[in-house]
Amino acid sequence: MQRKKECVAMLLAGGQGSRLYALTNNIAKPAVAFGAKYRIIDFPLSNCINSGIDTVGVLTQYQPLELNEYIGNGQPWDLDRAFGGVHILSPYQGKKKSSWYEGTANAIYQNMQFMKKYNPDYVLILSGDHIYKMDYAEMLKAHKATGADCTIAAIEVPMKEASRFGILNTNPDGSIYQFEEKPKQPKSNLASMGIYIFTASKLFKYLEEDEANPDSSKDFGKDVLPAMLNAGEKMFSYRFSGYWKDVGTISSLWESNMDLLGEDPAFDVGDADWKIHSRNPLAPPEYIGENAKVSNSMIALGCEIEGTVENSILASNVVVEEGATVKDSVIMAGSIIRKGATVSYSILDEDVVVEDYATVGDSKDNKSAGIAVLGRQITIGSGLTVEGGKILDKDYRGE
Amino acid sequence: MASAVGVIFSNIHDENIPELSRHRTMASIPFGGRYRLIDFALSNMVNSGITTVGIVTKHNYQSLIDHLGSGKDWDLARKDGGIILLPPFSDETDSPYSNRLEALKGITGFLNRRKEDYVVLSDCDGVARVDIADIIRYHEEKNADITLVYHEEEEINSNYFLALTPDESGRIKDVQINPAIGDRTNVYVNIMVLNREFLINIIKGAIAHGLSSFGRDVLSKNVDSLKLYGYRFNGYYAGVKSLQKYYQHSMELLDKTVRDALFGARDIYTKVRDSAPSKYINGAEVKNSLISDGCTIEGTVENCILFRGVKVGKGSVIRNSVIMQDTVIGSGVQLDSVITDKNVVIRDRRHLAGCDAMPFFIPKGSML
Repeated sequence: MQRKKECVAMLLAGGQGSRLYALTNNIAKPAVAFGAKYRIIDFPLSNCINSGIDTVGVLTQYQPLELNEYIGNGQPWDLDRAFGGVHILSPYQGKKKSSWYEGTANAIYQNMQFMKKYNPDYVLILSGDHIYKMDYAEMLKAHKATGADCTIAAIEVPMKEASRFGILNTNPDGSIYQFEEKPKQPKSNLASMGIYIFTASKLFKYLEEDEANPDSSKDFGKDVLPAMLNAGEKMFSYRFSGYWKDVGTISSLWESNMDLLGEDPAFDVGDADWKIHSRNPLAPPEYIGENAKVSNSMIALGCEIEGTVENSILASNVVVEEGATVKDSVIMAGSIIRKGATVSYSILDEDVVVEDYATVGDSKDNKSAGIAVLGRQITIGSGLTVEGGKILDKDYRGE
Repeated sequence: MASAVGVIFSNIHDENIPELSRHRTMASIPFGGRYRLIDFALSNMVNSGITTVGIVTKHNYQSLIDHLGSGKDWDLARKDGGIILLPPFSDETDSPYSNRLEALKGITGFLNRRKEDYVVLSDCDGVARVDIADIIRYHEEKNADITLVYHEEEEINSNYFLALTPDESGRIKDVQINPAIGDRTNVYVNIMVLNREFLINIIKGAIAHGLSSFGRDVLSKNVDSLKLYGYRFNGYYAGVKSLQKYYQHSMELLDKTVRDALFGARDIYTKVRDSAPSKYINGAEVKNSLISDGCTIEGTVENCILFRGVKVGKGSVIRNSVIMQDTVIGSGVQLDSVITDKNVVIRDRRHLAGCDAMPFFIPKGSML
């Protein structure tokens, strides 16, 4: 008997994330830190395991080192399996040719052997760019119920933003009659979330055809989905109404972090019924000092806080010294804010040092101010000022 | 290859803290916000290159098994070795062991099967970051039969302890059991290194002669014939000898020098629970406290240790307290000098207080 998996997930994690600037200089977008202890990829991986999908191929291409190390054998997500589990799928050299992944469809095509090994009935395609909690098992149930060949998860977005998305035009029963990639004049505000379930045989057929088509850009949204629709395949939308946020820009990454805060947060990472799994830092509990003031914030293990922290997200092992203030900011692991320094409306990558009495960022209330971003392992010299909206990826120590 | 195998006694000293060991072993007593006492002994061994640790259990070890799992959180899920649970084993009587020698007899099979040169024996009644590789180096250098680790103590609150008298070379000239306490006493901290085959021979001899006390019959009576050496440990050591000591040592973690000594190197491992980071809601006031992950704080917390998943409601004021995992504190509650065990629920507006010398203890799962 051939062993099989009913549904295999393929996670496109090759995104460069160029709109995250300094934060993705050395790492792929899915590896970007989020929410004090997570990385973006923890969300789709946790969704998979929480949905009962235990076979996941992670397709990497851009700066994959850290992402590969982070995923490791998949044990933090309970994805270390004898049959199945998580596998990193990098571009490889074939007998006839070697090639980088050319588009999303080509990336999946190149890993046909991986999918076929599990003899799946369905293939779930995911991207590593979004923060959300979703039960893919429910979506699969809907896919089976409608008898669709392809089901596309969709969410209503504000009409004025609709032209940034792939838009689904649907009949009342949810079936899709038209698919428009980033339309100038959108007919609906139902946006594709980039989450697809395909009946495996159909996926394989259309990937083969797309690969053979010299005019194709080898992209799901632009090529494969329209081709299926034109051929009259059954395509359905699957409505999702929960929290879903693309964290591909500095401001959306900042906003999504802030959505974790408060008594009744827009997005709850502490939901015991839908745990977000991650690699955990090796650190003692955080210490909040005698003169510290911490309000409306999320603070991870190993932090030492002696100063003021307000409306902020602090990842593990961050130090905020006495008299220092961190406000409306996202501080990634291991960064140090020294005495009297001020950080406001900023994102600091890992292991940044802000020396004594330096100032980073402008007040959030100053409408003209943008978010200041400090890249990994850089130092801002004592007493210096980094203006709001500045993006630095090198030390700044004055003249 | 690792030159030593570790053995941890999980139940010896349970009687030190009956309050906390009622439902669990000494080894699995929670400490420091997210640890169990065994984490310190295990991490010390792992950080010294030990890859095989036998855990000697006797009773109430469900919580310990749950904590250890496969051993992966200590990097001890191994094909060869790793964590090996050693439950009571008895071929002559039906009762489990009643002293350390009998416990050792029960694990001679395990000791025989190992190939390492040395054995490190450790109890779980101490919290310290000890460099065991250095102790083994010392043991080799002295060509000792047994190396005992000691810490200089000024005050001792223990009903059973061994005081060591080393000479200048480190050779131990006297082992006293519960002596009157002078200003400074070199107290054995229940960590020792022996040659594995030597230990097996000791066990055989002790059983043949009907001996029952390792301290009295093996160590104290043989200081002249055995090469006993003392390894002086100068770092931070917290002996968990009573509930009051447990409370005192917990509070010492609020001192940065103590935290740095134990956690500065970030190499104490524990079970991972995948809790979310802790949330401080508007209106929270937290001062001089250690807060573990998964907590939600809306009230005032001062001089406290909060374990994972603790909730502190609005208007509550918690001072000088140790609040264990998943304790839920309602609103308007006042606590001072309280220790809550796991899963305690304290309803709105309750006021409870102990004092420094006698913290008020609330057992596991209570609802007040």
